[in-house]
Amino acid sequence: MDVLERIDEQVKKNPVMIFMKGTPQFPSCGFSSRTAEALKQCGHEFGYCNVLADAEIFENLPRYADWPTFPQVYINGELIGGCDITLEMFEKGELQKMIAEAVAGKA
Amino acid sequence: MSVEDDITLKLENALHPQHLDVVNESHKHNVPAGSESHFKVVIVSDEFNGKMLVARHRMINKILAEELQAVIHALALHTLTPEEWAEKGVAPASPPCMGGGK
Repeated sequence: MDVLERIDEQVKKNPVMIFMKGTPQFPSCGFSSRTAEALKQCGHEFGYCNVLADAEIFENLPRYADWPTFPQVYINGELIGGCDITLEMFEKGELQKMIAEAVAGKA
Repeated sequence: MSVEDDITLKLENALHPQHLDVVNESHKHNVPAGSESHFKVVIVSDEFNGKMLVARHRMINKILAEELQAVIHALALHTLTPEEWAEKGVAPASPPCMGGGK
């Protein structure tokens, strides 16, 4: 499967998906760590992909949604942003609401 | 010209910010002394009025596309309208490094 198709499949399969450096349990970047922590605190399961463990995704994810940096968070198939946007939405309570709706829609 | 000056100049020219703070945070990361790889930008501009955060970040990513491709490893962005800035007045601190260089 083409790498962009692989990325697309993960984004579409998971109502909430994060591409990050490391894993939610063992993040290897401060930005990824904070972002995954915010997702965890929303209290729903989410999909993740460790971009450091998949060179092809690491190289190609930036062109998938025309976004140059990691982490990247997708909700309902849409890029919502990286660390700063995710945290800002979390602080405002918008992230919790968006994730709850996305997970409910999938069930 | 330093990367910091380059970022400042490009953002000033493109977005005419009321407030712009470009901070080189590379020293907090696992890179050689004097590196210009990790930056934080706090920018306040009328150009952000009515735009979602994703759209604001995309504007900056586009303006700094060359630098993001070549030299910038991490770019923390805090994009505010003048009204939001008046209300908030401060940007959050960036996270510490956890060693995941690549």
